[in-house]
Amino acid sequence: MSDLPVRVTVNGRPREGRCPPRKLLVDFLREDLGLTGTHVGCEHGICGACTILVNGEAARSCLMLAVQSDGAELTTIEGLMTDGALHPLQEAFREHHGLQCGFCTPGMLMTALDLLRVKPAPSEADIREGLSAVLCRCTGYHGIVKAVQAAATKLSRRP
Amino acid sequence: MKPPKFDYHAPASIDEAVALLQRYGGDAKVLAGGQSLMPMLNFRLTRPAALVDVNRIAALAYIREDDSTIAFGAMTRQRTIEFSPVVAARLPLLREATRWVGHLPIRSRGTIGGSIAHADPSAEYPAVLTALDGAVVAQGPRGRRTVKAGDLFETYLTTTLAADEVVVEVRLPAMPAGAGYAFEEFARRHGDFALVGIAAMIVRAGGRCTAARLAAAGAGPVPLRLRAAEEILERDGLGEAAIEAAAARAAELVQPDSDVHASADYRRHLTRVLTGRAIKRALTVATA
Repeated sequence: MSDLPVRVTVNGRPREGRCPPRKLLVDFLREDLGLTGTHVGCEHGICGACTILVNGEAARSCLMLAVQSDGAELTTIEGLMTDGALHPLQEAFREHHGLQCGFCTPGMLMTALDLLRVKPAPSEADIREGLSAVLCRCTGYHGIVKAVQAAATKLSRRP
Repeated sequence: MKPPKFDYHAPASIDEAVALLQRYGGDAKVLAGGQSLMPMLNFRLTRPAALVDVNRIAALAYIREDDSTIAFGAMTRQRTIEFSPVVAARLPLLREATRWVGHLPIRSRGTIGGSIAHADPSAEYPAVLTALDGAVVAQGPRGRRTVKAGDLFETYLTTTLAADEVVVEVRLPAMPAGAGYAFEEFARRHGDFALVGIAAMIVRAGGRCTAARLAAAGAGPVPLRLRAAEEILERDGLGEAAIEAAAARAAELVQPDSDVHASADYRRHLTRVLTGRAIKRALTVATA
């Protein structure tokens, strides 16, 4: 089957490309749009490394075809900074040792971003349940949980 | 890996989707939320000639209620169900079960119709459909028909629907006001498929049980309604001994297989323990 158009808004910017229908959204982001911040892990929805926001909701970009995102608004890890300043979640991950090798980090951050929108004042149990959507093999999760707690506090104080 | 090659169609109407399914004569797969089908494609466990993507059919996403029934468009996302005030008020068992479905990022995409049509016996929604005696509406070339939960699931990953039929609606009877409910599940990691899950609804009048609904997930080739266990509660009431007897009966009713995740014996054991827990917890939220 011939290539199909994909027109998306990524991190506020309109982008477009053409690709075969079987191309995964995560590969389209990385290979066609050059946005390599989103990582490809397990390709079956378990590890969560490829998590992005699709129309504002966290979703696995390895479990969507790029053509399915035509017309959608996407947010990737590259869209987290504003005007060169780290997002409070990113700062908190740096502050609390929320990452080591960094492979899961884009997925952790995008999952935590969605979690804090749904639950702005999460308990530790809420955070652990929410982050169980993403696998980390380095940190033992403690630093990540602390980072999300710290970011939640900081974001709640924002005007 | 990456998916094999396929023809891709994203019809805008149900009629168009059915026509496509008919044209491919069983070689096409319906792509709903994709949280099960996409992994199977990525691993090349399935190689359909075509995908019929129903995500562009806006008419398939809704929650409608009347006096007795809540109707869900097949493409209603699990996330929408999780946060729906209608579901919270009238189908709290479905809401509780939803939190066991994968993780929030999975529920953003996963749909009620897709989960039921996929017919994984360890999945939560087929068990809730079975416990509450719900039904699906399927559309095919000869029109629409309603299939009750008890007639829908044939075996592992297989329903009685024809290859050119597509689930368009899921119907669940609203739970009686004050009904107790619980969804109990055991999995080795949160978000994994259940080794065993139990959906329970209990309607009580004092110490009497006027209606019990129990169904097991993960304990056989299809989600199983535990009618003989329900009857014990309806006959003998809700005391400790009756609950124990119902839980023991549940473990006799299920027909689990052994696999790499758990032995049949262990699944029977889980069925007994989780049935008891589900009934007891249901009673803590039941009124009257």
